[in-house]
Amino acid sequence: MYKATINVQLKSSVLDPQGSAVKGSLHSLGFEEVENVRIGKTIQVWLDTGDAAAARKQVEEMCQKLLANPVIENYDYQLEEGA
Amino acid sequence: MRFAVPVFPGSNCDTDCVKAVRDVLDQPVDLVWHQEKRLDSYDAIILPGGFSYGDYLRTGALARFSPVMESVQEAAEKGKLVLGICNGFQVLLEAGLLPGAMRVNDHLKFRCDIQPLQVVNNRLPFTLDYTEGETIRLPIAHGEGNYYCDPDTLQQLRERGQIAFRYEGENPNGSVGAIAGIVNERGNVLGLMPHPERAVHQWMGSADGAKMLTSMLRYWGESHGAA
Repeated sequence: MYKATINVQLKSSVLDPQGSAVKGSLHSLGFEEVENVRIGKTIQVWLDTGDAAAARKQVEEMCQKLLANPVIENYDYQLEEGA
Repeated sequence: MRFAVPVFPGSNCDTDCVKAVRDVLDQPVDLVWHQEKRLDSYDAIILPGGFSYGDYLRTGALARFSPVMESVQEAAEKGKLVLGICNGFQVLLEAGLLPGAMRVNDHLKFRCDIQPLQVVNNRLPFTLDYTEGETIRLPIAHGEGNYYCDPDTLQQLRERGQIAFRYEGENPNGSVGAIAGIVNERGNVLGLMPHPERAVHQWMGSADGAKMLTSMLRYWGESHGAA
């Protein structure tokens, strides 16, 4: 069993309205040091396989086909065995 | 001219589309469940607004893999007319039938309003009955209508006349170039955030959406030698 933890973020060139709104709220709470906030999502996927290379290949394909939109988003992931 | 309106789990403007086609054009129109694989007998497909698959992951991302979308892809390749409204537009973007992607509105609010639009290109199958530069009024209702494409794509959309409608006055969602609706290169696939099907009678506040349907029928009639 492998667990993939996938992180999907808007590309830095794409405006993140949620991040901007949260930054404003952090400022109003007094965290004046906050220069930038970006919000993304974490997706966890469990794969029933003992083959790390196969799991990696599948996760890559999932990200490209569905989990991220390459027009506006970047992704990266970590793979853990037996999680 | 036969119309199909695919229904995804979560579509909620499907019946409005059916009624608009019947009221304005008096042409046959069927609701088609998203698992349907054959749309060969239809001349035009309208992907309705709503929240397909709850808009989980990203708007339109899951609907794009519904079985019906393969037929929509085929229909688009054959030159049939495909109209994606609101969530339908988002599905067309995710399916790669139109370039770009949809983001959350720049002000983060769900915006429900009557919006003035400019008809940028009136030589498309969907805009023949409008005049170029004409201002029309259509309802909008969306939280993720902030159209995005990179500068090269935007330039290409402008040069090739692929921008069909642009917001006039205040841009309600922050879309690049104030884009409200675009077509593919061939011009037979239109995606737009405003709802023409909700503006086909004066009592609805505007009847300006009716001309989009009459344009489609006119185009189809002219390309088939009869309406």
